[in-house]
Amino acid sequence: MSTPEIRTETMTVNMGPQHPSTHGVLRLVLELDGEVIQSAASTIGYLHTGIEKTAEQKKWQQVIPLVERMDYLAAQSNSLSYAMCVEKLLGLEMPQRVKDIRVLLAELQRLASHLIWLGTHGMEIGAVSMLFYAVRERELLLNINELIAGFRFFPSYIRIGGLREDLPRAFHETVIAFLDRFPAKMDEFEGLLTKNDIFRRRTEGVGVVSLEDAYSWGLVGPIARAAGSDYDVRKYFPYLGYETYDFKVPTATEGDVYARYRVRIAEMRESIKICRQAIDRITPIGTYACDDTRVVPPPKDRVYSEMEALIQHFLIYSQGFTVPAGDAYVPIEGPRGEHGCYVVSDGTNRPWRVKMRPPSFMAIQALPSIIQGGLIADVVAVIGSNDVVMGDCDR
Amino acid sequence: MDAATIIDTLKTLVPGGQYEAGASIDFPTIYVLPEHLVGTCLALRDEPSLRYEAFIEATAVDYLPRVPRFEVVYHLLSVQYRRRLRLKVRVLNAAAADAGVVPTIQGVWRGAGWPEREVWDMFGIVFGGHPDLRRLLMPEDWEGHPARKDYPVQIQKSAQTYSPLEVSQDQFRANLERDRVKRGRG
Repeated sequence: MSTPEIRTETMTVNMGPQHPSTHGVLRLVLELDGEVIQSAASTIGYLHTGIEKTAEQKKWQQVIPLVERMDYLAAQSNSLSYAMCVEKLLGLEMPQRVKDIRVLLAELQRLASHLIWLGTHGMEIGAVSMLFYAVRERELLLNINELIAGFRFFPSYIRIGGLREDLPRAFHETVIAFLDRFPAKMDEFEGLLTKNDIFRRRTEGVGVVSLEDAYSWGLVGPIARAAGSDYDVRKYFPYLGYETYDFKVPTATEGDVYARYRVRIAEMRESIKICRQAIDRITPIGTYACDDTRVVPPPKDRVYSEMEALIQHFLIYSQGFTVPAGDAYVPIEGPRGEHGCYVVSDGTNRPWRVKMRPPSFMAIQALPSIIQGGLIADVVAVIGSNDVVMGDCDR
Repeated sequence: MDAATIIDTLKTLVPGGQYEAGASIDFPTIYVLPEHLVGTCLALRDEPSLRYEAFIEATAVDYLPRVPRFEVVYHLLSVQYRRRLRLKVRVLNAAAADAGVVPTIQGVWRGAGWPEREVWDMFGIVFGGHPDLRRLLMPEDWEGHPARKDYPVQIQKSAQTYSPLEVSQDQFRANLERDRVKRGRG
């Protein structure tokens, strides 16, 4: 008996750029053999807005709102790394209270970003209600942003030389109310997903990244930590006094989607711990900027009463300040991994070059090699677990 | 480990390698010649006393009007020793030869592929041996390299399409009318 000849051919499928689960405008061209991915190619650049070029036309302080619009889900990670980088070039040391507030803001930002990751990741795998629960908690974090700066997404509250102004009156109560409420919500989220059989079957053993690959692709951050690394900028190269906070770096060894999920969930619990320690250290009223008069304008009451203060105020807002020539790279641990800022100064009042190190960019670059050989249904799981933001990737 | 120690180690590993320590305020900076770049990177990754196993980023800076004009900057990380390193390559003429002015280091760290593409896209620095040196962030038919300092900031560019729309105003209106009739709402 002769077997009939089966003719097979691969099919090319376009995924995106308007696919809802590609987190913005990522386009994937998949070559499929049945449901198995033979090869994949990603196209980016749909959200490229030339922020780095625009930054070269602005004065140093004016760059802050621009860089916040890169990774729009973790706006204050961008501005924190940029501000710290310029402060390094200026040789400024921040007062302890400013450092503590920055730590608190960075950790709240990590929670906000991870909540969106949790909601969308769950939604893409089929747990649609996750998004509603996660976004509801994130709303409270956006309210905190609104309280400190009037802006919900892009507060521009972190400035070169400190913070824009002192904390508002109800700040401590609002943050503590959130921190009291949130751990129970985390249990709720975990109750929905962590032991959920459907979720685990969709994520365990899917999209495995080995530790060596993660380093080679530059995926330092939660992706490498899910593959056995314990590299966290906060522990390895402490900044803002992170070495004085008591927290653990969660790791896993499997390197699959489920391991990345567990690492991020554990990171959120550690962030709550850091927030609690930080809010205890922050006094309601105190210094909110360093005392360098070149960079920080004098307080308003002095501007209204003293000639020299008025002149200083006018100079800072019209000419800006100059930064010594040189270059510096300052990394921070952003929600998506190492979030670095490389700034080159030529000694004038405008940056010569601003370059962000985008973790999403590296994650999308590695994406085709991760999904190759897997099933098409796993693509959205892998994209979600890599936690990519196209604004961060395309800049 | 300061730049001088790293240079001494590298000189024993890379035959004929010439290095120069650069000024820096955060972590060691080393200038490398393009012809020694790949060998240097392999040594940095594999030498047990260096072990820069993680690739962080690659970018470029345009120092117009200085000569050499461009510098390609690589940031590396050694997780094992908790160290960082900055490599710089001076580029005399970005569009020199087809063979490329800076060799690609994709063979050492795979993550270098896209950052190098971005540098070519934005600065026009050719990476020799790069398997896929196409536009990354800009559209494929874009002219020029926008991150260069001599590239104008505020220019009006109309959208470019591969096939121009070959429908006249009258035809366009007629088509609209035809569709309206087809839908039966006329």
